[in-house]
Amino acid sequence: MTQALDEIKIGGLGVSRKRVEDDRFIRGKGNYTDDITLPGMLHMEILRSPLAHARIKSIDASRAWDIPGVHLVLTGDMMATRNLAWMPTLSYDTQAVLATDKVRFQGQEVACVIADDPYIAKDACEAIEVDYEPLPVIVNPKQAVAEGAPVIRDDKENQADNVIYHWEVGDAAGTDRAFEQADVISRLQLHYPRSHPSPIECCGSIADFNRATSKLTVYMTTQAPHIIRAAVALVAELPEHMIRIISPDIGGGFGNKVPVYPGYVCSILASILLERPVKWIEDKTGNLISTGFARDIYLDGEMALRQDGKILGVRMRCDADHGAFFSDAQPSKFKIGLLHSTFAAYDIPAAHLRARGTYSNKAPGGVAYRCSFRVTEAMFFQERMMQAAADDLGMDQAAFRRMNFVRDEDFPHRTPFGFLLDSGQYRKCLDVGLKAVGYEDFRKRQEEARAKGRLLGLGISTMTEPLGAGNSREYDILGIKMFDSAELKVHMTGKAIVRTGARTQGQGHETTWAQIVSHELGIPAEDVVVEEGDTDTAPFGMGTYASRSTPVAGAAVAMVARKIRAKARRLAAHLLEVSEEDIEWELGRFYVRSAPDRGVTIQECAMAAYSNMPDGMEPGLENTAYYDPPNLTWPFACYIVTVEVDPATGVWDVLTTVAVDDCGVRINPMIVEGQIMGGLTEAYAMASMQFITFDAEGNCIGSNYMDYLLPTAWETPGFELHSEVVTPCPHHPIGAKGIGECAAVGGPAAFVNAVIDALSGTGVRNIDMPLLPDRVWEALTYRRDISGAPPVATDD
Amino acid sequence: MTVVYDDLGDGVEEGAVPVRRIRFTINGRKKIAEVEPRLLLSHLIRRGLGLTGTHMGCDTTNCGACTVQVDGKPVKSCTMLAVQVDGHEITTVEGLAMQGAGGPGGVLHPLQEGFKEEHGLQCGFCTPGMMMAAKALLDENPDPTEEDVRWALSGNLCRCTGYQNIVKSVLWAAAKLRSQSPDTPDGSQP
Amino acid sequence: MYPSRFRYEAPHSLDEAIGLLHGGGDNAKVLAGGQSLVPLMKLRFASPELVVDINNLPGLDYHRAGPDGTLHVGALCRHADLERSALLKSTQPTMAAAAPLIADPIVRNRGTLVGSLCHADPQGDWASVVLALGGSVVARGPGGTRTIPVAEFVSGPFQNVLEPDEIVVEAVIPAANGARAGGYLKLERRVGDFATVGVAVAVETSGDTVTRAGIALTGVGGSTIGATAAADALAGRPLTAESIGRAADLAAEAARPRTDHRGSAEYKRHMVRTFVTRILGRVEPAEERAA
Repeated sequence: MTQALDEIKIGGLGVSRKRVEDDRFIRGKGNYTDDITLPGMLHMEILRSPLAHARIKSIDASRAWDIPGVHLVLTGDMMATRNLAWMPTLSYDTQAVLATDKVRFQGQEVACVIADDPYIAKDACEAIEVDYEPLPVIVNPKQAVAEGAPVIRDDKENQADNVIYHWEVGDAAGTDRAFEQADVISRLQLHYPRSHPSPIECCGSIADFNRATSKLTVYMTTQAPHIIRAAVALVAELPEHMIRIISPDIGGGFGNKVPVYPGYVCSILASILLERPVKWIEDKTGNLISTGFARDIYLDGEMALRQDGKILGVRMRCDADHGAFFSDAQPSKFKIGLLHSTFAAYDIPAAHLRARGTYSNKAPGGVAYRCSFRVTEAMFFQERMMQAAADDLGMDQAAFRRMNFVRDEDFPHRTPFGFLLDSGQYRKCLDVGLKAVGYEDFRKRQEEARAKGRLLGLGISTMTEPLGAGNSREYDILGIKMFDSAELKVHMTGKAIVRTGARTQGQGHETTWAQIVSHELGIPAEDVVVEEGDTDTAPFGMGTYASRSTPVAGAAVAMVARKIRAKARRLAAHLLEVSEEDIEWELGRFYVRSAPDRGVTIQECAMAAYSNMPDGMEPGLENTAYYDPPNLTWPFACYIVTVEVDPATGVWDVLTTVAVDDCGVRINPMIVEGQIMGGLTEAYAMASMQFITFDAEGNCIGSNYMDYLLPTAWETPGFELHSEVVTPCPHHPIGAKGIGECAAVGGPAAFVNAVIDALSGTGVRNIDMPLLPDRVWEALTYRRDISGAPPVATDD
Repeated sequence: MTVVYDDLGDGVEEGAVPVRRIRFTINGRKKIAEVEPRLLLSHLIRRGLGLTGTHMGCDTTNCGACTVQVDGKPVKSCTMLAVQVDGHEITTVEGLAMQGAGGPGGVLHPLQEGFKEEHGLQCGFCTPGMMMAAKALLDENPDPTEEDVRWALSGNLCRCTGYQNIVKSVLWAAAKLRSQSPDTPDGSQP
Repeated sequence: MYPSRFRYEAPHSLDEAIGLLHGGGDNAKVLAGGQSLVPLMKLRFASPELVVDINNLPGLDYHRAGPDGTLHVGALCRHADLERSALLKSTQPTMAAAAPLIADPIVRNRGTLVGSLCHADPQGDWASVVLALGGSVVARGPGGTRTIPVAEFVSGPFQNVLEPDEIVVEAVIPAANGARAGGYLKLERRVGDFATVGVAVAVETSGDTVTRAGIALTGVGGSTIGATAAADALAGRPLTAESIGRAADLAAEAARPRTDHRGSAEYKRHMVRTFVTRILGRVEPAEERAA
């Protein structure tokens, strides 16, 4: 007779446990970087370039030094004497810390001031005089490769032009053959506009170098503290064991807080020079104009189609604009991230992808913003091409997708770009979505409405995406493999602490990792405390981004809990005086198989680990696991959006948003749903209003919240979420696949497809995001596609 | 707070700037402060008073993370000068609990409970501002619709939640406050 | 994020305030709501040497109708007061339509209508509303009081005709000659956005005839645009589809929009036309409207 605990009661898997982290946040007792004050702390502000491309003729900081309260003014040449004017990036390029010869984008860091308070530091920044000599500006890939284009990276030996890389994958010859056999070729050219993760909290650091101990402690808004420690050791040439990176509470990351930013480096140097803590908190303008942006990539895509709708081949050419430095955090083997995961959900015989990256006079970046390493681009391009192809064939959008899906019985399935998919129920997800939105009925209403001049539209986006990077054979960042880790210590009273190499920024790890431990060991979740973010105490990990935490760190939590359970089993055998073979486990308890009433709880085992060990056993009940994921995980999503477009104004309203997410086992359904809704909102934002653009002089439009538009509660639609379809991941210890970015990846195409669908019959095949009212109106009124980012002011 | 200047002799006080003395109430406690006119209210709250629950997220008065109450009305504290609260009352998120049932200290306001119940926060950065804005709504309208809530919060940005659970959190709090109206036996204040 | 240094005064009487401005020279600013001034100071686009805070001046937070039907809005009347105003909802349809669209709900608790007019932002919403209604501002200085029609008040982007030592104490909307109708439509991409296009329409009718009309445009030129020809096309005749169409066309012609990241000039003109048509299309026949 079982005396197992009720997993729901103790907060195990599948429980919508209320969040542990909420207790401090709702009281205003969060501990974000700017909340921290250290004794003797000084404040740093950065002076930024107003010009996008200019030679620096001189910098005169003498008036800044004279301002009372100023302790240090750092300029590029001061950094250069310490070999710190340039630093390596996570993509094997170099990036300026403070400009020396030239500024290469508007907003680039030119100098910084450290003063008693930030008001004074700002006064001093204003007193620094910089003499610039403007240079011609490049703001897109076409200009970057045009004849006679100035070389932006003339600091690099052997850089004769503005091209960063060429990269290709797939079977060019096989794809060409597929196109020769096609009945229909569908072509689409898209621009995924430049966007920015823009968490509400900006980036910042407090660097604290202690001369007495030679230890450097840096509090930093970082999603990957161990990567930062390695980078600081490299850049600042300080010994790694004397560097401590602490990531306190983070007010949103979304990939913005992975790269190493010049502000961090300057604050560290300043602290070393001044031997006092130095705090740098950027403002929103600094964040938007200089930190890791996202997207800004052009597609020329083609699909080879058979008349009945079977996709024979896909060919894609992508041009990625990386800004002034190639600084993306992404697996080093793939120059364009995991863009080649595109079309993974469909059974396609042949495909070829070519990508080129170029420099421009804009802030550096490209891979960020809930993108799973460019998978946002992959799936947006995919679903927009699918939409266009179905229209070109005259086929129903749902039927076209269904017939091309990888079928349930085809797993494992290798994509033409080499990815191995292991599981999924794609058609079922689509069916659930179509039913939820009332597909047949909607199409009828759409027809009736059109007859009356009202424009209703429906957009589908279905995709599977690669999460949980990644296996050590293929994935590394700067050579460091992308495993992750968990350390679990069970104390003598059966309470526990788990630390991982991940770093939550709102995803709820303090709640969910405890649930995994609860599931594996039967210790109530409330008895398990979770810590992350301090490199002195957390086991080495590669941080939280690209939705990799549940797949990798979460797996490590399960694995370390199993190591603990294995040792506890031996302790149980010892306590029960039987051999291990006679021991059975049920949640929270070991018992004797032949006498089930004889058992010991996990807590009793824990106590025994400190007080009653068998001979030869090391005391204690603590362990660490490092998890090298065998493969990526492949959640699947079907997003369906319906809209109505006002033909007189181009304004469109969302009627319904249905989301069917199959992310395998859900640790905490409430948290999973929160992630999906957040992602859908970002999808809606990108589709409707969010963008950064530049004028011909490289002036950035979108460097503050007046121009970079985030939707409020008023514009944001409601969401209908479905969790009926659960296909556990076959290789993940608890069958979970990860979810953090799915809706941001798959969502935008659903919104755009819906508006394009509302315009069907006008011949409009594409409106590039953002689908602002004026762009929709123009497309509708003139029956033409709208390509590229919104234009900037012209005199009329 | 002690302010220390360098003494350069000859009566020169390096770094001294004219300050203004202000008196105000913060979360029910009366205070006096000496501040530069240019000091923003949000910095008085965060740095001068050490109440870091009020956050700063932008530089153009858009995000609302800095929302506090001045004389019971929600205000973006980054867009007020500290000197302007002379003679006024400020309430921050740290004072929210005091206004809940049971008096000062650890008892949460129903809004705080609601945000936890309905998963209305993820990173927590916008949350204090959201709650202060929501409180103003509930003070005026104890039975708001979803639309009322979305309208009232349209000056506060969130990047994590998609707002749907924030709306549910506020409606949860409204329902709890209504059930706790002065007519109920425990006599708790809404 | 951090303003430059300045001197600050918080007078308790209007005379004191005027005296401070008089002594303050050209580089003094009045602080009322602060929702436009403080952001500019934080970005250091404005660095006044002296800030005169008028929030302690008594008796300026009113809005009321005079016995003759004139509406008076005091210098410290907040947008939120106007948004909640039963008086506006029942007697001032154009203003009542605009009030909820100013900035966002929290900013509306501090910002003031008078402050908005004085700030003279070409994308300010109230300026169009007050212009369409033929309103004025009342300015007080050392030499006394003067009334300045809003049509003559703005001299350029962010510039008004006030002397450095004058303070606007109230805005005045003249009494209606007939039943009021109208509205304000604003194309904003999200709450708190500046208008891509804003249109204020205010008409007064007596029987079937439009006795007075005003149309003003936000965001489609270097300043607020009074579409006088469009308004003239409505006055002295009934509102018909034809007269509405004519007014809409003339209003679109009066607009001087730029093509920029908010839209093409053509689109903005089209929106002017659309908004004029929609506002006037909602005007009910006189006999169905409450007096």
